[in-house]
Amino acid sequence: MDLNLNDLLRQYRSDPYEHYRVEAVHTGVVTFRVRDGDEVNGPSGRWMHRPGSLLYLLERERNVKKIYSPWSGIVADAALDLDGRFVEAGEFLMSIRHRLGKEEIIDRILTRVLHIFAAPQRARYFLVPELAAKIEKAPGESVRVRPGDEAIIMSLMKRDTLIHYEGLAGVIYKVYFQSGALVEQGAPLLGICPPEKLPYVQRVIQRVRTEWEE
Amino acid sequence: MTKTLMADSGKIIADLADRISYLVDIKGGGDWANLDELLERVHRLKESVFDLSEAALFEELRLLEERISFLEDRTAEKLTPAEIVNIVRSPQRFTLGDILENVYDSYTELGGEGDCNVDPAVVVARAILNRRVKNRVYSHQVMVIGHEKGRGEEFRNGGCAKPWGNEKALRYMKVAEIEGIPIHFFIFTPGSYPIEDFPGAAQQIARNLYKMAGLRVPMVSFISEGGSGGAEAIGLADLRLMGSRGYYSVISPEGAAAIEGKIREGQKVPKELVDHCAAQLRMTAADNLRLGTVDRIVEEPPLGARREDYGFFRRLRYEMIRATDEVVLKTKSFRAFRAYALKSQGREGDPVPDEFDVLVGWELTDLEKDRLVELRSKKYRDMARRFLKEHQGGLSKGLGRARDIAARSYYELRYGLLRAHQRQVQKVIEEVSSEGSVFLRKVTEPVKAAYDFVFPKPKRPAKAVRTDGADTSIFVEEWETYVSPLANEDRTVSCPNAARRGCQDLWVPDLYGEFCGVCPTCGHHFPLEYHWYLENLFDKGSVREFNAHIAAGNPLGFEGFDKRLRRDVKKTGRRSSMITFDAKVQGIKLVVAMLYSDFRNGTVGSAEGEKFVRACDRARTTRRPLLAYIHTTGGIRIHEGTLGVIQMPKCTVAVREYIESGGLYIVVYDNNSYAGPVASFLGCSLYQFAIRSSRIGFAGPRVIRETTGEDVPPDYHSAKNALRRGHIQGIWDRKEFRKNLFNALVRMGGPHLYYK
Repeated sequence: MDLNLNDLLRQYRSDPYEHYRVEAVHTGVVTFRVRDGDEVNGPSGRWMHRPGSLLYLLERERNVKKIYSPWSGIVADAALDLDGRFVEAGEFLMSIRHRLGKEEIIDRILTRVLHIFAAPQRARYFLVPELAAKIEKAPGESVRVRPGDEAIIMSLMKRDTLIHYEGLAGVIYKVYFQSGALVEQGAPLLGICPPEKLPYVQRVIQRVRTEWEE
Repeated sequence: MTKTLMADSGKIIADLADRISYLVDIKGGGDWANLDELLERVHRLKESVFDLSEAALFEELRLLEERISFLEDRTAEKLTPAEIVNIVRSPQRFTLGDILENVYDSYTELGGEGDCNVDPAVVVARAILNRRVKNRVYSHQVMVIGHEKGRGEEFRNGGCAKPWGNEKALRYMKVAEIEGIPIHFFIFTPGSYPIEDFPGAAQQIARNLYKMAGLRVPMVSFISEGGSGGAEAIGLADLRLMGSRGYYSVISPEGAAAIEGKIREGQKVPKELVDHCAAQLRMTAADNLRLGTVDRIVEEPPLGARREDYGFFRRLRYEMIRATDEVVLKTKSFRAFRAYALKSQGREGDPVPDEFDVLVGWELTDLEKDRLVELRSKKYRDMARRFLKEHQGGLSKGLGRARDIAARSYYELRYGLLRAHQRQVQKVIEEVSSEGSVFLRKVTEPVKAAYDFVFPKPKRPAKAVRTDGADTSIFVEEWETYVSPLANEDRTVSCPNAARRGCQDLWVPDLYGEFCGVCPTCGHHFPLEYHWYLENLFDKGSVREFNAHIAAGNPLGFEGFDKRLRRDVKKTGRRSSMITFDAKVQGIKLVVAMLYSDFRNGTVGSAEGEKFVRACDRARTTRRPLLAYIHTTGGIRIHEGTLGVIQMPKCTVAVREYIESGGLYIVVYDNNSYAGPVASFLGCSLYQFAIRSSRIGFAGPRVIRETTGEDVPPDYHSAKNALRRGHIQGIWDRKEFRKNLFNALVRMGGPHLYYK
């Protein structure tokens, strides 16, 4: 196995945080609404319709925009010297230290363990109907794909293009996109696991679930 | 101690415990007069029954009974409105099930059981009522429709009917109409269940009201708990009775308190504020009788009727028969019999007699059915009228009336008499000429020519532009457009869809000027003030307001409301939240009723209701299409209590008469349209449209969350979803409003439309 799980877990344990950069969304005068060490929440609700905590205001041409936090975590490195000053778009304002949860760790490890089939273009994607039906019937570990199989339909500019799977033969372990949703180029679509690796993957998940403390 | 005595004492103790917990219910908690302690004492007694001697037991029971009776008397002496609400909500209060068992002689529940029963909160039953006259028994058939609150079943939602429950009620109303039997409605609901799923809470209530306005059978309703829209769905009856300890209100006291006190979601509403609002809403039976929103009160025991109050059920039975008799008798043309029969019916408060003096049959002839519907219409049109404020001098009033009469006779002559005659002649000619061949045409041509000479076709400007041509601009004249004063600010705003659609920030003068408040990237419609529509939608200079003298008031004397009204009058320069006017759209004359946001958020009270009714009548007399353009409506004005609620049936009655006489009624929603009006006179329209980005629904997201405990998606009330649910028939862009309206008038009108 080319991946040392122990090292990986040790690494996550030593720094169980993801650092997100908060940058000015456009030019304008910035007014901070948080300080270092403040706890902020991400969007909530069943449809993620309740915005997160207010991070800062950005005023341009007397149009005051409220910018809410897209993640939950702790504010760090806030560039408070910019408070009340004009900033350019993309200027670093603060970072949010987000503590990773169990599922997030599993997701991250899986992306390194599984063979990832990425989106070739920014478009809407659908699973091929036969595949979608199979996955619906038996989700998880039993639907196989081989190189050359028809796997995904890419819908772009009113044209549907059939995409053949390329890569290792294996089991579709995870579907990363929602049918019909817009996916950025390079974002993962499918996570494929060679059959001989399956027990290993299950062990990884099992270990993280039992060992990781939130 | 004998065994039976023991058993009896057990029953007596249980009864005492019930009476105390009933008092706790009424007082909204046990702190009053140490009720908790008293209840504790009863429980202790129950456990130690076998340890006490007979004498000691009875002494204790006597003392307890005395104490409880004293407390009951003291409570009954002065019941506050909030306590009356508590009585109604008590689990010990009678429900529809008790009425069906005790008031009617036999009944069969209709509408299925278990999974087949679409909504158990609404119960429908065919029932038989026997009446004894001179020692003979006669039986009447009735349809009973009402809400069932309890009977141990959680899924009844405390009597909150779901849309399909109201649909079930409507279905059986139609059955009763086919069979020609009277309907008895029993209203036990705190309000309708606020979901938009098809057929839609608001839509279904509107359909029920529309049907009931013209239902050709006698209807009597009894109100125990009447909460706003839910109550109205089965409340439009010929005679409305109310339990003396019931309440009938536009909103629950808690809801009113949350609005009045601007309480934020999730915070506790203070009890004092709830009590205050309960008193201000004038929701008790006596208040409603005084306001004329109910016709008669059925006396209950001092603390309200409970499940075992058989005396009350006897009275209710008598009152239901008497009320149905009265409705039936009023339709009779034979006056002497009517007077005699009504006189022999007894008066309010008389003891319930064992038998009736006369038998009144409940079947009606066609003529009597006509009169029944006519009387119902008159009854609802007159409601709340005496609480209106009219700022009009005697002279202008007289002049106005004379003008009305003149207009009526003119239009009657023009469209009624002459047009009917003309149509008939035309029909004969058409038939003859199509049947006949070339030979016949020789005969008909001279007749047709003569006919055309006598009845020349009127010149209509509308005809010239009826090509749907490219020359139809949204503006009357491009170079003198009205520009919103909102455009005077020098700043930018962001489109709410910017994150999803990547809309650029918009410069305000551009947005409200050139773009008419529409985001050029995603088409989001920003709200515009109502003046914009007055100026841009209708032909230049064609808007002529009428009934501007009718003013919104404060008929209930709601504390602090006068000040807020004065502020709105000053702000808008108008007297109510509805503007009614005559206008033209590309030459087509129409009557418009418009609710706008600046005045009390477009809420409907008695002034607005009356203006709407008069607009319907004007459209009917002048034979013109009626447009209800709803810039915004926040629902029924809660400060007018039930006087506001009865605008729902009142306006529906008027608009139904207009539609049934052949009128074209179009509703267009904009911005936010919610609650009562949508659930009655707006929702009953056959042609409903919405302006893009508007929101339509029955209850707002907060109310849905608070009543059902479920969160709704952020776009739950959007016009797009309303279209998907079949609530509206189309979404119009603001820039194409004028064109679409014109097309709608022409297409939905057809050859028999009034304006032709």
